[in-house]
Amino acid sequence: MIKNISNLGDAALYCDFGKEINKETNIQVIKYFKGIQKENIEGINNLTPSYNKLIISFDLRKKNFKDLKKQIENLEIDESESLKNKKVKVPVSCDESFSLDIKRLEEKLKIKRDVIYERFFNKEFFCYMTGFIAGMPFLGDLDKGMRVKRLETPRVKVPKGSIGLTEQFANIYTYESPGGWNIIGNTPLNIFDGAKEVEPNLINPGDTVIFNEISLSEYKSYND
Amino acid sequence: MTKTYFEVIRPGINSTFQDMGRNNLYHIGIPFSGAMDNRNYILSNRLVGNDLESPVLEFAYQGPLLRYQGNKINIAITGDVNFTIKRNENLINGRCYESFILEHDDELDILSTNKSVYGYLAFGGKLDLEYQWSSYSVNTKANIGSNNGKKLETNQRINISFINKNLNNKKLNYINTKIENIRIIKGTNYDYFSEEGKNIFLNKEFYVSKLSDRMGMRLDGPKIENIVDTNIKSEGLIKGVIQVPADGNPIIMLSDHGTIGGYPKIGVVISADYDKLVQLAPGTKIKFKEVDLASAEALFKLYELETQNLISQI
Repeated sequence: MIKNISNLGDAALYCDFGKEINKETNIQVIKYFKGIQKENIEGINNLTPSYNKLIISFDLRKKNFKDLKKQIENLEIDESESLKNKKVKVPVSCDESFSLDIKRLEEKLKIKRDVIYERFFNKEFFCYMTGFIAGMPFLGDLDKGMRVKRLETPRVKVPKGSIGLTEQFANIYTYESPGGWNIIGNTPLNIFDGAKEVEPNLINPGDTVIFNEISLSEYKSYND
Repeated sequence: MTKTYFEVIRPGINSTFQDMGRNNLYHIGIPFSGAMDNRNYILSNRLVGNDLESPVLEFAYQGPLLRYQGNKINIAITGDVNFTIKRNENLINGRCYESFILEHDDELDILSTNKSVYGYLAFGGKLDLEYQWSSYSVNTKANIGSNNGKKLETNQRINISFINKNLNNKKLNYINTKIENIRIIKGTNYDYFSEEGKNIFLNKEFYVSKLSDRMGMRLDGPKIENIVDTNIKSEGLIKGVIQVPADGNPIIMLSDHGTIGGYPKIGVVISADYDKLVQLAPGTKIKFKEVDLASAEALFKLYELETQNLISQI
């Protein structure tokens, strides 16, 4: 359920689903996101789901806040239906050349790298949202003992395919970009394909992600 | 091979093809993009008889130097721009908001934007460009859009696949007015800031920083103090949102902004003032003025009416 709808500027609805950041809240956000998307409402430009918010931006030439708010409030979104999602396997090499911040993690978490990787690869992740840069998935939740903050000084360039950890989340850098997440490995899998007109991103909100470890040679021959 | 083209002798600082932008992709992290100053973009197309939503060349500060090869074609430049056309050994001074006919071997030199940022060059005809996700708009950070998602480069060509038959001269009497008061609506985290911080935001002067581009406009000035939390859980952004990170300096999200962000939102620039906002060059003074939602909506209607009125005068 949307707890409150307010305006973000004059051309967007700010839908708040509650303070808590958890899977249950996020699933509600995703259901509303998909439900509204299906309605193809004239004048809506963009829908941006995140952990506990949904932002609906619209064309002020065609819609206004009051009318669209009423329209969204009157929508019947089936919240009981289970979310259709898929499982995505993501191969990761943890070779020294890729795991840029594993030492930092060992120091901050006070656990050995083998244990860090064991916990990471045994986890089934849930995709809360995608974005910031094209196709980047925000995956949760890491166990309490695995949570660290961002780097004090973000990197100017994080290599494409890098797997990063911050707080309760893991992410994947879909292309080279600045960033401050703790990098523990790299995937040869293309997570975002700009050449695809339809579904350019491999991982969507609501999907499940499992990482599996591969060797450096498997990494190198992966795309052959 | 097309025989009608512009040869890029000098590309300019940040020259990109832009149109109305692309919708419905925020949820996968792809921004809206599109021409920064929508009114000037539309007017440029109108002046050469194109559909209003055709792609044009947007340039910042300094535009390109182009040599034309082909039959007579109309071009028009909008914004506040100094440019010349070199024909044989003669130099013609260009005027904005007026169409000009270019002939074979003419050189179009877009020298500079005058105390503003963006200008628009429309070509009377159809550009030979590929679109991506139903828009030609280029996002150079993610390499999305036409021209392989890149800005204009030296020695490349701008191919024209079709020239508009009508070469009549068209013009508009219009002067781009500048504003330093930018109207805003309070943001969703307005109460994260101290009374003094809010007071500074709404009453003090800020200056547009050099670190501004199509993604965002950074401001220098007095610091805005946060008393709740300098981070929020990452959530969606729209253009015009004013975020204040821990250092207390506001950043305004512009057309190529990241789709989600984690800094508190102190305000949002109203839609009616966006075109004017993006034209404020580094060093320009800027002041924020709060309005309510109803006023913002009325002001946008007025702005749209003005734009329609300008279109009908051409």
